[in-house]
Amino acid sequence: MRSTVDSIDIPEVGLVVLCGASGVGKSSFAGRHFVETEIVSSDRCRAMVSDDETDQSVTGPAFDLLHSIVDKRLEAGRLAVVDATNVRPEDRRSLVDIARRWDVRSTAIVFDLSLDVCLERNAARTDRQTPENAIRRQHKTLRRSVKGMRKERFGSVFTFGSVEEVEGVTITRTKLWNDKRDDAGPFDIIGDVHGCDTELLALLDTLGYDTAARPIRHPEGRRALFLGDLVDRGPGSDNVLELAMDMIDAGHALCILGNHENKLSRALSGRNVTVSHGLAETLQQLDGRDDAFRERVKAFLGTLVSHYVLDDGRLVVAHAGLPERYHGRASGRVRSLAMYGDTDGETDEYGLPVRYPWADEYKGAATVVYGHTPVPSADWHNNTICLDTGAVFGGELTALRWPERELMSVPATEVHYEPVRPLIDERPERSPSMLDVTDVLGRLRIDTAHAGRVTIDEEHSSAAIEVMSRFAVDPRWLVHLPPTMSPVATSARDGLLEHPDEVFADFRRDGVAEVVCQEKHMGSRAVIVLAKDGDAAQARFGITNAAAGVIVTRTGRSFFTDDALTNAVLDGVRSAIDTAGIWGELETDWMVLDTELLPWSAKARELIRTQYASVGAAGSAMLGAASAALSAAVARGVDIDDVADRAGDRSAHLARYVNAYRQYCWPTDGIDGIEVAPFQILAAEGEVYARRPHRWHLDLIDRLVAANPSLIRRTDRRFVRLDDEASVADATQWWADITAAGGEGMVAKPAETVVMGEKGMVLPGVKCRGPEYLRIIYGPEYLEPGNLERLRKRGLGKKRSLARREFALGIEALDRFVAREHLGRVHECVFGVLALESQPVDPRL
Amino acid sequence: MLVSITASGSETSDATELGWLLHKHPDRVRSESVGFGTAHVFYPEATPERCTATLYVEVDPVALSRRPDGRRGGPALEPYVNDRPFVASSMLSSAISKLYRTAMLGVCDTRPELVDQPLELTIEVPAVPALRGGDTIKNLFGPLGYDVDATPLPLDEHDEDWGDSRYVSLRLAITSPLKPVLEHLYVLLPVLDSRKHYWVGEDEIDKLLRRGGEWLAAHPERDFIVRRHLRFGGLAREALARLTDDSADVDDPDERNDGGEAAIEKPISLNEQRMIAVSSAIAAAGAGRVVDLGCGEGRLMRRLMDDPAITKLVGVEVSHAALGRAAARLRLDGLSERRRERVELVHGALTYIDDRIRGFDVAVAVEVIEHIDADRLDAFEEVVFGFAAPRTVIITTPNREYNVHFEGLPEGRMRHGDHRFEWTRAEFAEWADGVCARTGYAVSYAPIGPVDAETGPPTQMAIFTKGGES
Repeated sequence: MRSTVDSIDIPEVGLVVLCGASGVGKSSFAGRHFVETEIVSSDRCRAMVSDDETDQSVTGPAFDLLHSIVDKRLEAGRLAVVDATNVRPEDRRSLVDIARRWDVRSTAIVFDLSLDVCLERNAARTDRQTPENAIRRQHKTLRRSVKGMRKERFGSVFTFGSVEEVEGVTITRTKLWNDKRDDAGPFDIIGDVHGCDTELLALLDTLGYDTAARPIRHPEGRRALFLGDLVDRGPGSDNVLELAMDMIDAGHALCILGNHENKLSRALSGRNVTVSHGLAETLQQLDGRDDAFRERVKAFLGTLVSHYVLDDGRLVVAHAGLPERYHGRASGRVRSLAMYGDTDGETDEYGLPVRYPWADEYKGAATVVYGHTPVPSADWHNNTICLDTGAVFGGELTALRWPERELMSVPATEVHYEPVRPLIDERPERSPSMLDVTDVLGRLRIDTAHAGRVTIDEEHSSAAIEVMSRFAVDPRWLVHLPPTMSPVATSARDGLLEHPDEVFADFRRDGVAEVVCQEKHMGSRAVIVLAKDGDAAQARFGITNAAAGVIVTRTGRSFFTDDALTNAVLDGVRSAIDTAGIWGELETDWMVLDTELLPWSAKARELIRTQYASVGAAGSAMLGAASAALSAAVARGVDIDDVADRAGDRSAHLARYVNAYRQYCWPTDGIDGIEVAPFQILAAEGEVYARRPHRWHLDLIDRLVAANPSLIRRTDRRFVRLDDEASVADATQWWADITAAGGEGMVAKPAETVVMGEKGMVLPGVKCRGPEYLRIIYGPEYLEPGNLERLRKRGLGKKRSLARREFALGIEALDRFVAREHLGRVHECVFGVLALESQPVDPRL
Repeated sequence: MLVSITASGSETSDATELGWLLHKHPDRVRSESVGFGTAHVFYPEATPERCTATLYVEVDPVALSRRPDGRRGGPALEPYVNDRPFVASSMLSSAISKLYRTAMLGVCDTRPELVDQPLELTIEVPAVPALRGGDTIKNLFGPLGYDVDATPLPLDEHDEDWGDSRYVSLRLAITSPLKPVLEHLYVLLPVLDSRKHYWVGEDEIDKLLRRGGEWLAAHPERDFIVRRHLRFGGLAREALARLTDDSADVDDPDERNDGGEAAIEKPISLNEQRMIAVSSAIAAAGAGRVVDLGCGEGRLMRRLMDDPAITKLVGVEVSHAALGRAAARLRLDGLSERRRERVELVHGALTYIDDRIRGFDVAVAVEVIEHIDADRLDAFEEVVFGFAAPRTVIITTPNREYNVHFEGLPEGRMRHGDHRFEWTRAEFAEWADGVCARTGYAVSYAPIGPVDAETGPPTQMAIFTKGGES
């Protein structure tokens, strides 16, 4: 007699298959215990296909739909509860196959009630009834297969024998063992120890653990996270086990299962295993311990899980690493991949298995930390890192601090075990250079730290792919594109379209305490990506060129068509960084700088000739002729004085317009005359500096200016406390002075760079342009009263939204690059900036 | 913008009779709104010896940069600072036809005898766009009997180094009745302007024919004038057909889209020869599944799509606009289901890994690589030879050595503005040999077009075979 079912555990991710004749109460049972969207019902699918829940003629299409929904839910890591009769083994098999495809557990809940109960319940139904012979047939089919169901590859099978059980059961959702999303550490993740007890103690000591205490603990509550392979080959596997078990029992450590623990566990359980790869040493060491210790080890090994998902999904640890689709999944396949990696039986010249290089293709958002394969040094690769630095083979024992992402290691005291093969880097390519078109085609959804999910429509991504593929520099260099910048809210003052008052008022309203106003250089935006030398470029970017860097425009094109000029400018910037000693200070050998490159005519010569100067030329000729003709007519006594006066005004406006654009043009000869005005050090090794306060940036940049003042131009600035009227007045006067002297205006930014307000991120900068400069934007005569009134009606909402999203994407690209994520993940953000820029927005803003 | 017409008097005629013809009194001002501003006609000078009527339009620059229908949003007509308020354009023609309507119709009720009387006329327009230099102006007005004086305007009066602007100050002299002169200005001024015309519609054709009817049909630059005047292909074709009853000599608008390159190479119809050569190379390679990398507007595909030896034909193109034109050329929408499945156009770039170009027998890239930056050719190589890896890859590219034979192509210039490089035969071979060494293909070469003993053919073709023998 089987025991009654009074409680059922259901994993949070997985498949639940309800089995039973029509009308037996499956739907009402599902409705009581599961959320509506979790239930995938065959009746519902029939209705979706044919508008009729009872239409048997659409059974085929309805089940196609049902399977498809189950497939999508399991792929997405959700629970799917199938409400169908599922009385035939083949019905259930197709569902279990889907669960296995997505590596989730499947649970069968069987309504094995007597035929009488089934018929009675069906007869009592008020909505609709199934024909009695159909119920009899279903009941019989189910009865026949109930016994064999244990063999149907379900993770668990629960069978209700009575209505009371159905009514009385409680259902509990349980987390998977690998789900530790709630645990954010901080952790010290430790690579393969392999019985190196001395090195482990030294490493824990270096990491700040109190190694004199037992169990060992960290004074600040940090925890060790062992990546498996604690044992075998080394001199003290028993000691390592004891130390780790003590820490784990006391809550000071976590450990995942390595292949060596797995084998040891089998050996201790008396299974027949080949004693090789250092297992003999471990067994010998354990023989020196008492039975109780061996039992404790056996029990401990039995509790180990093959991978963990930690820190809200940001961190995944698995002994041999794990492709993204298996994160948080549970199956034999996942366990085997996590322990051994992806092997297909092929072995290399040393007889060791060849593993599929999953990390080369890894594009997941979670950082994957693993061990298993000894490497000469721990290096980031597509947001993954292997910490097995071969301690037992005379290498190092390495730890990664999380979330700090700092590496720490101690050298091995000696070669404890001769390596089977030399420690070589298996990865063929450090930085994959090839991008997949699916990363950038169609509708893109990019999660950013500062603006949430940014969506890019297909029409914009398809415009961007043309520009990106035809004109942009190699994507390996292109780790950032600058965002657009919105003008300040429109001023209502007489004779002005923009004024600092609105800048300060808006930032004050957004809760910003201090802003920095920076002189706006009239040049062209240029992003400089440069490495200290060609080797550094090759190592970090996977590419190099004669200049060991690039200067790109807002759209990712090479700024200069002349490579020699690019080289000269980059050499100048590089030597300024050398002289200022900033490489060492930031511990980096590469840098990304946000700059303005002057003069404007260096890049925009053709634009100035065809657009600005041409208008001046045509206007002067035409207005000159008009004025002459009008004066002659006035002299004849023709009543046309008003038109003549207006022509005079227009001539004056045009002259000031010509004067305005000429301010920004000066001749250059090679690098002579070229100036670079950096305003931010966006990123360098280990950190995205774009979030640091502007003071920090400007201080460093001033040192670059001092190092090479003929090439690097200082940006004048005022820091403004918004609650200090004098400070505000001073900056306003400063703006009035520079614009009166022909300057373009200023850019105002929160001094702290990224400031989060009530409605998300505060605009990271706005421009406030001077009235003379705006003549070359809005036309020579824009200040005429009738014109200005109309121009004030300009909508800034779209521009501001773009500015925020592009800024967030630009920073996200750098975040991903600094975190050494896959090139495709960096590229999609940069691509996103370009795609957003393809949207039509009034270009005068 | 401004145009002035000066009549000189003689013993038999009084210059102020111009006022009668124009229906404007020399001592008054006539002002009228013309949509984009206000037009004034006034006389700076009005004596029996010399009489000048000036048509001056005060353009409203803000209204210009807004949409003509007043709708908000969307790109403005003239988003930047622009020359529209100052230069002669279709807007000046509009003003002429509005302010001088009666004169253009040849109506002068008070002094009907003046209409056909030749006058000694000087026309001055201070700023005229000089399309393709001043020669065009001479070609347009010269055959009509004008003395043409086109003086270039300096780009920046402060600095001679900037050189000349693209405008000229235009002075025309002729002895002629007034009516045809107004017609000439109306029709020809917009021809010189390279910018888009506003408000061009079906009725524009009628206007053009009405104003230009007789003299235009006989004008040596007739086709050019009609095409420039009505920038839209369909309209131009229709107008020309009505002028000549013969549309055979109307350019294919697609030819024009290829711009300079087609014009330079035209004498030998190189494009046609390329299509033939590539088609036969595909056939020789055994056809089967064929992908056209950089299919452009689908010319090669159009030729290939009826070939039964090709079981699947896919065109890849990065330009969305070109893809649209290719779909129209191939008439994809009208194909039967079965044929539709064989032919496909996809939007993609050849520097990205793309599953859709994998699994083909033959890949062709006709005049494509020279549009890729030389330092991105490694990505193209990886995508085509490493990833897609078809049995045969056919690549054509210009042979730079041959450029000396193209008249009108200055030395050192490339055949197309977007060409990133043009290779000699040796340079092409060096690249191709490198590809073979890296990817295990073998290469052979074939000329396209007439082979010159010295310089070789205008186009060079390389045929790569996977794992084959060269």
